[in-house]
Amino acid sequence: MRTLVSPLALRTRHGRIIYWTILTLTVVGFTGAFVFPFYWMVSGALKSPDELAQIPPSFFPKSADFSVYKEAWDQLQLGVFLKNTALYAGGAWLFTLAVDVSAAYALSKLRPVLGKLVLGAMLATLMIPPMVLLLPTYLVAKDLPILHLDLLNTPWAIWLPAAANGFFVFLLKRFFDSIPRELLEAAEIDGASPGRILWSIVLPVSRPIIGVVSILSVVTVWKDFVWPLLVLPETDKMSISVGIASLSAQMPQNVLIASLVIASLPTILVFFVFQRSIMAGLTAGSLKG
Amino acid sequence: MVSTTSTRRPRSAGTAGGAMGSRRPPGGDELPLPSTTGALRRAVRRNLTAYGFLCAALICFAFFSWYPMVREIVLSFQQNNFVDPGEWVGFDNFRTVIADPAFRAAWLNTAAFSGLALVIGYAVPFVLAVVLNELKHAKAYLRFVVYLPVMLPPAVAVLLFKWFYDPGAGLFNQALDAVHLPPLSWLDSTSTALVSLVIVSTWMNLGTGTLIYLAALQSIPGELYESAELDGAGLFKRVRHVTIPQTKLILLVMLLLQVVATMQVFIEPYLLTGGGPENATVTVAYLMYQYAFNFGDFGGGSALGLMLMIVLLVFSTIYLRVSREEAER
Repeated sequence: MRTLVSPLALRTRHGRIIYWTILTLTVVGFTGAFVFPFYWMVSGALKSPDELAQIPPSFFPKSADFSVYKEAWDQLQLGVFLKNTALYAGGAWLFTLAVDVSAAYALSKLRPVLGKLVLGAMLATLMIPPMVLLLPTYLVAKDLPILHLDLLNTPWAIWLPAAANGFFVFLLKRFFDSIPRELLEAAEIDGASPGRILWSIVLPVSRPIIGVVSILSVVTVWKDFVWPLLVLPETDKMSISVGIASLSAQMPQNVLIASLVIASLPTILVFFVFQRSIMAGLTAGSLKG
Repeated sequence: MVSTTSTRRPRSAGTAGGAMGSRRPPGGDELPLPSTTGALRRAVRRNLTAYGFLCAALICFAFFSWYPMVREIVLSFQQNNFVDPGEWVGFDNFRTVIADPAFRAAWLNTAAFSGLALVIGYAVPFVLAVVLNELKHAKAYLRFVVYLPVMLPPAVAVLLFKWFYDPGAGLFNQALDAVHLPPLSWLDSTSTALVSLVIVSTWMNLGTGTLIYLAALQSIPGELYESAELDGAGLFKRVRHVTIPQTKLILLVMLLLQVVATMQVFIEPYLLTGGGPENATVTVAYLMYQYAFNFGDFGGGSALGLMLMIVLLVFSTIYLRVSREEAER
């Protein structure tokens, strides 16, 4: 497709020189800015504390000592933190899907009285970033109104707020709206209940949007810092980000860096595998508001 | 049979059923207006089912979104120890936080952080996207790499940069040394601390903007560039008269989104500087946290939260209007 620079200009000698110069600069610049820090982190973990403090630094570690990763794993109980985070993110994923899919289905296809108002109230929460409601939300988690349950240090403190996501309801509802009515009415005539229609007709055709919402919800919970910092203060319950941050001061430098490497692996792996869905999710909401 | 027709057209169920009822003698049903009550019953059942599907979401939103909005306002006008019922104190909490010398610093720093993050974090992704859109090679690699930092948990990225900022053997001072520049004290000096925070924040968020702009650039019809070129427009004129007008709305939307996002900055001061040196990096969100969890003053913290909420609401409202305008295009 035709872009800013015309294909004709690129075919000239002059144009080709400029193109290849810019390409090289971009590749080198991006690698330096976005890949090199990762290399520095991975190689830094393999250096001894003395080598880390050395000026000028060594580009390659003198002796690759992989035992530091095991040390980080044991000393920081990274296994526990990772297991916790997986539990929080996995549970939040299931809750988000169950709660937001059924809500979006009800709003899109069952259209109850006051449905528009409910949707509006859910979308209105997007106007107010969660950060400014941090204190009252924390107090709710500490002492759930009416029921008077203390959710602190339990996974519920992550799962329930994660499900209250207006953006996901919006994305799902917009997708459900595009499912042709005839498809559902045919099933209705055959006597299928709304639950069954959701399960066997709506969900199978909604796979793309459910994929996007799934990845967004898991990654959001996995990356979150402030909320788990407040509601999961017990060391054995901490998520990986909070755990490393709170123990970082007592660690030797190389052990800390090794733990950073381990902590960054899961999301990077997810990115490798689900790159397409992640990038689709990026433009899903912002472009067609 | 009547029920089949009416389920197929739920909206006209009453009239259709009624018409049929008048023509035919009522069957087993002895009620005077069988079809109307039937429609009513179906409507009630449909609503009950719908609210059954909605109830989990309603509970979650009520507890963790709607109620906290009300609670925030209540908290900021109360003195509270969470044992006795809160005592209404009017604007006392606001007076306390405004009198705090950190208050002025927090707002100035937050504004400066947002401003600096805009200067770097707003123009750079756009330029990168324009360049990426022209390149025909290494596309997948460049797109992947620019988004890599976004995938890192922010705490990890921030702690990584804390090590890079180390005044001794840290990567940045070593790099400066390698090109024979004097070292900087980064996080330890009042003049560079805030900028250091902006650098981390920009590094880990740059990819989002770049890829969103890239998607917007790809939707610009090529003919526009062609005809601009035929009219003799050079490269920069084409950027000014085609690229920017064509992406104007997404640029504006991203501007507002970024202001809202950066004004909530918390994790960078929390993990890197603790608000120091000399309040040089204390931000509104961080001060709010400190009030609640270090000083035990939820009233003061909520007052700060409420003020931040009002400021951000202004931006969110503009965002809403702009994005609606874009949707209508």
